[in-house]
Amino acid sequence: MSAQWIEACGADEIDEEDVIRFDHGGRSFALYRDEDDGYFATDGLCTHENVHLADGLVIGRIIECPKHNGRFDYTTGQAKGAPVCVDLKTYPVKVEGGRVFLRI
Amino acid sequence: MPVEGSRRDYSLIGLDAKLARESGLAAAEWYACPIPRKRLKALMVRSDGPAIRDTLIWLAALALSGLGGWWFWGTAWCAPFFLVYGVLYGSASDSRMHECNHGTAFKTRWMNDAVYHVACFMMLREPTVWRWSHTRHHTDTIIVGRDPEIAVQRPTDVLEHLLNLFALKNTAKTLRCLVPHVAGRLTAEEETFIPDMEHWKVYAVARLYLAILAAIALWCIAIGSILPAMLVGLPTLYGGFMSLFFGLTQHAGLAEDVLDHRLNTRTVLMNPVFRFLYWNMNYHMEHHMFPMVPYHALPKLHEAIKADCPTPYPSCWAAYREIIPALLRQIKAPSHHVRRELPDRSDAAPHTHGTPIIVAE
Repeated sequence: MSAQWIEACGADEIDEEDVIRFDHGGRSFALYRDEDDGYFATDGLCTHENVHLADGLVIGRIIECPKHNGRFDYTTGQAKGAPVCVDLKTYPVKVEGGRVFLRI
Repeated sequence: MPVEGSRRDYSLIGLDAKLARESGLAAAEWYACPIPRKRLKALMVRSDGPAIRDTLIWLAALALSGLGGWWFWGTAWCAPFFLVYGVLYGSASDSRMHECNHGTAFKTRWMNDAVYHVACFMMLREPTVWRWSHTRHHTDTIIVGRDPEIAVQRPTDVLEHLLNLFALKNTAKTLRCLVPHVAGRLTAEEETFIPDMEHWKVYAVARLYLAILAAIALWCIAIGSILPAMLVGLPTLYGGFMSLFFGLTQHAGLAEDVLDHRLNTRTVLMNPVFRFLYWNMNYHMEHHMFPMVPYHALPKLHEAIKADCPTPYPSCWAAYREIIPALLRQIKAPSHHVRRELPDRSDAAPHTHGTPIIVAE
């Protein structure tokens, strides 16, 4: 099946420098908003263990997992060191009419 | 479930490890007290200030007490100085190591890493091994066969705890593992929780530790005095008793194999000196439930969630009045444990602690 844009939430539903959880089609995603109103999306679960990243802490471009403090660059999905070793999958995001869409 | 009098297998490659995986206890979802996301975010905010202040005080106290011990060496006056130095070195470094491993003590990453490695050496713990064993401890807290850091196993081994008053059992374990690490090998248990890409770090640090310890030993021999070892190496042993004193309050005597930190972890209210030495890890239940909250914010976290938690122990004395009888009883009745009373709250919302979840239509 080809990728399609899915409407996720209102742009203002995500605080600046924060993350929320978005569940769709039996999958969980994490949606981020950075300090410059940039929006990003990754898989919702940490690649180390099945922990929801939306419960974690956003620091600049980093999302820190709430369980073991594993860090990812949420703009690229890159794992930034132990205990996370596997990168996160990222998804394209766009904002139209005040709504956030991600392409999955 | 264990049968009364039976001995459980605490190894990570034995029967209980298999049972834990099969019964869904491994890497399971844990209860989390409800706390609004904004409140939790405010508590998780990092800063360098408190940890820099506390680290400078700690290092200054180490330097002054070490200097006093060296100055009065050969007289009885050196004893109180080495007592203070030993506790700062062999006990206070335990919580520094722990907090910096979580990356929460300082905002600046390299500061966490620097203090972590120094404190690990003081505790004679290998940093890469401990980082990964502690990761597992947080995933599977007191799950038998999964958690490599169950300090009080059943039935209680009284001798082991007496030896650990001087960190003897823990240090012997580290030294036993150091040999294969120096030779470029991990133990079978370590293979289960340390990924391949990290193995080289284990070997490199083991060789460095051995080189430092050998250099100290040679220095002592060369000058015909154990004074160098009193300052580096031996304080892990003679100053380790407070680490045991604090550490036993965390989980000893509580339930095994439960997915709720309120049932297997204690919060004990302590005086300011103990809280400085222990870096607020007396709020241990809060730390386990929300490990991203820095040590200096744990008292506020405690206030935020205490309505959904068992009553904290008002003092170390109160905690030990429960721990010691429980451990003694576990000598003959290993399945005995202290049952914590949970508050009756119908509004508890496990696992999400207030984070909004948006589900697509």
